[in-house]
Amino acid sequence: MTMSDHTMKAFDTDLQDLSRMVAEMGGLAEKQVADSVDALAKRDTALAQRVALADANIDALQREIEERAVLTIARRQPMAVDLREVVGALRLANDLERIGDLAKNIAKRVMALNGEFPPPKLIRGVEHMTDLVLQQLKLVLDAYGGRDITKAMAVWRGDEEIDAVCTSVFRELLTYMMEDPRNITFCIHLMFCAKNIERMGDHATNIAETVHYIIEGHPIADQRPKGDTTTIAALRTAG
Amino acid sequence: MSVAAFTVPTVTHSLSKDEELAEKISVRDLDFFYGDNRALKSISVPLYRGKVTAFIGPSGCGKSTLLRILNRMYDLYPNQRATGHVTLDNANILSPSQDLNLLRAKVGMVFQKPTPFPMTIFENIAFGIRLYERLSKSELEDRVKHALERAALWEEVKDKLGANGLSLSGGQQQRLCIARTVAVRPEVILFDEPCSALDPISTAKIEELIDELKDDYTIAIVTHNMQQAARVSDFTAFMYLGELVEFGETTRIFTTPNDRRTQDYITGRFG
Repeated sequence: MTMSDHTMKAFDTDLQDLSRMVAEMGGLAEKQVADSVDALAKRDTALAQRVALADANIDALQREIEERAVLTIARRQPMAVDLREVVGALRLANDLERIGDLAKNIAKRVMALNGEFPPPKLIRGVEHMTDLVLQQLKLVLDAYGGRDITKAMAVWRGDEEIDAVCTSVFRELLTYMMEDPRNITFCIHLMFCAKNIERMGDHATNIAETVHYIIEGHPIADQRPKGDTTTIAALRTAG
Repeated sequence: MSVAAFTVPTVTHSLSKDEELAEKISVRDLDFFYGDNRALKSISVPLYRGKVTAFIGPSGCGKSTLLRILNRMYDLYPNQRATGHVTLDNANILSPSQDLNLLRAKVGMVFQKPTPFPMTIFENIAFGIRLYERLSKSELEDRVKHALERAALWEEVKDKLGANGLSLSGGQQQRLCIARTVAVRPEVILFDEPCSALDPISTAKIEELIDELKDDYTIAIVTHNMQQAARVSDFTAFMYLGELVEFGETTRIFTTPNDRRTQDYITGRFG
């Protein structure tokens, strides 16, 4: 639905600024995720350090978005779709900030590994997961930018696959650990990285739900698809 | 977004799952004419018992006109007529045989500008009561006190009941008018922009009062203040160019209106 302008032009500017800041934050978060896993794949401690430091930029943007949103509510008393835009921006900023934190955590693990070099096949599953999550993240940010409900729903349904891959990565890492105890330290770190990436997927799903809410004004009615059976699978493999 | 033709309002309400909504006033296919000018076009809307219904819309949309029909205020002016059905407890109030004094005692009204009579605070309230009832002095005093208490004004005026009503502040005058309305024990109270001439503190007091009064009365309020409508009402009706565009639960109207025109109006996008 195309939206006519507000009688008060400054209100439009406020909302556009908020939306632009969220998009900017999304771009930063995407880069952080890609860089953190890149650092993991190449055991690039310097890159990992840069990722850890750059997280502050995302945090700063989140604070700025919160301030602007609160100010807009106080000043304009937004109603209906405008209110959803502002509340949506707050929620998105929150999810993107969490994604940034998870990327930072991966970067910290890379630093903790300190150049240790186990076989590259161990990391392939995590890289595959990252590709999926980055696709989801890109699609959901597009959905937000274009207020596109079809894309948002595609992301919402797509999370199941990430959950499934995560489960299989866990299973795989478990076998490596059983094969050779020297793999354990690295595999445990990888497991946490995989879990972090899986959580990023959840945040992308949250964002998809928020985009749906902004557009439609009500939450998605269906049951959220769940493909994460890690705990059960892990127990079974161990048993 | 579809703009469904509006006939009889249907409400899916989440107020309380087992709450029964009873129509105190029912408006059906109501047209209103100022001379040849059709100011209201086939309006159908319910006023639910014990609920606050807000009427919003740009100036000239007919919301005050609608309110003035509910107690037949328009009868005071020539060349104005209403057609259709307006029932109060299933009795047609548009009927020529309707006793207007009785109707106006049942359906009280508070106006935009406070309109105290140029007499004492006590008399402002006692005046109306005496029109309808013959009470002893002490009974009358009790009724005046009770009305002032209901209007949250008693504490401020109890020591100066003999003072002129016009000596009160604007907000106090408005509450005096509410007390005057309440004193004759109406069943419905109509508020026509009751706070537009008041400061924020007086406005908050009136809103608090409306909230308290709704347990005992059916309330309709016309307001240009969207936040006020969102704050005080249970149901909201959006009117535009003499038509009822949308009616529904306030929580829904102000978060997810169905009609594009409602959305444009409440978000400040009206051309």
